[in-house]
Amino acid sequence: MSVGMPLLQDLEERFTHAVVAFLGDDGYPMSVATAFSVQPERGVVVLDTVAGEAASPPEDREVNVVFSHIRPQPGQGYDERRYVSFWGRLHRTDGHLELVPERVQHWDEQEMSFFEFSERGVPQAHRYMDQLSKETGRPVKPRLSAGWLFLRATRLPFLSATFVPVALGAAVAASHGEWHWWLAILTLIAASCVHLGLNVANDVFDTASGVDQANVNPTQFSGGSRVIYYGLLSMRQMVLIMLGFYALGTGIGLYLAVSRGFWPLFWIGVAGLFISVFYTAPPFRFVHRGLGEICVALGFGPIMTIGAYYVQAKAWSWEAIYASLPVGILIALVLYVNEVPDRPADATAGKRTLPVRLSKRTVIAAYAAAVTVSFGLVLFGSVFGVIPRPAIVALAAIPLALPVYRGLQASYENPYALMPAMAKNIQLHLSAGLLLTLGYVVAIVANHISSSPPAFLR
Amino acid sequence: MGVLPEPIEELLESALVGELTVIDEQGRPVTHPLIPLYDGERIYLTSSVLFSKKLEHIKSNPRVSLSISDPKAVNVERFRRATIQGDATVDDSDLHAGWERKVLPLWRVKEPAIDFFLGKRVALPLFFERGIIEIRPRRAFLWEDGRTDLPPQVFEPVEAGR
Repeated sequence: MSVGMPLLQDLEERFTHAVVAFLGDDGYPMSVATAFSVQPERGVVVLDTVAGEAASPPEDREVNVVFSHIRPQPGQGYDERRYVSFWGRLHRTDGHLELVPERVQHWDEQEMSFFEFSERGVPQAHRYMDQLSKETGRPVKPRLSAGWLFLRATRLPFLSATFVPVALGAAVAASHGEWHWWLAILTLIAASCVHLGLNVANDVFDTASGVDQANVNPTQFSGGSRVIYYGLLSMRQMVLIMLGFYALGTGIGLYLAVSRGFWPLFWIGVAGLFISVFYTAPPFRFVHRGLGEICVALGFGPIMTIGAYYVQAKAWSWEAIYASLPVGILIALVLYVNEVPDRPADATAGKRTLPVRLSKRTVIAAYAAAVTVSFGLVLFGSVFGVIPRPAIVALAAIPLALPVYRGLQASYENPYALMPAMAKNIQLHLSAGLLLTLGYVVAIVANHISSSPPAFLR
Repeated sequence: MGVLPEPIEELLESALVGELTVIDEQGRPVTHPLIPLYDGERIYLTSSVLFSKKLEHIKSNPRVSLSISDPKAVNVERFRRATIQGDATVDDSDLHAGWERKVLPLWRVKEPAIDFFLGKRVALPLFFERGIIEIRPRRAFLWEDGRTDLPPQVFEPVEAGR
């Protein structure tokens, strides 16, 4: 039986011609195009004969028959790339050449994205560069400019997850009459360092545990930075970067603790660091146990918000904790949705995240429920005066949740088609968090302008 | 005028894809669709390290052939098909930037979108670590109207004075 049977079925519809390649008697390969037809029931490709001695494919040796297709897009390049490559021997029959494929290779970008096709080539890239290193006697490694490498290694754009709770905590404090801009900046730097330390730690432990190697569907939003796996930075370099961020964040945190109230800020910092380090690090590896969302909700919700509040006000605040809950839920949902495309690789590496554990239906239903709870808290809090009434403006972010919900339903199994939904989900968190903070700013300004502002501005 | 006959040069300058055949370690042909580039003397192709098996094969056996066969992938007034046999070398002395210096200008002419993709280098860093395949043509075959059921015209490249 032909090894290429499934591919033969629609070969004539997908390709216009074949190219037959063979090794000529002079030692050079020869390749020549010809028309073809298929007899799928016999598992045979029938090729038209080629004229001319030098170009005529032989019967006494293996040939490679290739079908290749692209669709040119003028000025842009091309799409619809696909090829099928068969190997076998030709047999002359009725003025034609017949091939029963013995080996096959194929790729169709509509079945496997170019990104996945590329990811599957990473081991070959390493083999090639390792061999080249041996041949040249110098290390051959991939490179990126320092700026891009820093951005990629730290996953810098995700800092919005830190900016929102810190800004919110400071805004709540300001609404209580406590505002020190330089302390807000120091808090933001310290929290950012811990966040970047977490991002780098995540990569260090994911590479060590084999998660990165198992993942052939990384996206802009999921799958980690992969800088160690790609060879852009060494494990040692990443560990040093991780320690550097944690050290800087801890140092600034200790300064704030000493100057603004040691023990409360000390324990807030310890809680944040504990979650950050053991999110992926053994022995707890919270994300491997399906606790990643709770850790992220706590760390980028109440812990950062109350920390930022305490630095400003030197006091606790239930209101700050309440205000942080919608933000914490929404940032947990960013992780939750970003884990959807990673779930085959995560499962392989024993990283039992919620999308690994739950069915598609449950994952999507839980997303909708969590978004409802998040915005329900905003509505309840602003209507009943737990948070300022202008904070109700955060509900304006709700429409951003709809494309995420629809994207999950339509593209749950397709990592690259899910990317727009992942992007919208990040926008949802950022928009809701900033609007919530804006609500506080409006209330602060209203109180500043008038000693008795209207109820809807308080 | 370059080393190859004008109709073949026209195909090389227009083709968005050609089929490069190399010989594997067991002496068998392996064909890869690639974008061919031509400077009037040599044919250039580049390969990412992600798909670098072909570079290994060329280093072991430099004899290659390149076909231009797809009427949809060329924009010429009169369609023809061509195959060029030659000796290839691999330049991987600077995977990161060597191809940018040597072949990016030619690539840009044929596929302007390459600059857009190059701007996204951070997203696919290994894809842009590339070796250059440089083919010195040895013999060329041309099929008028793409009719390979008729014997090809055979040409030896014009190397005199170069």
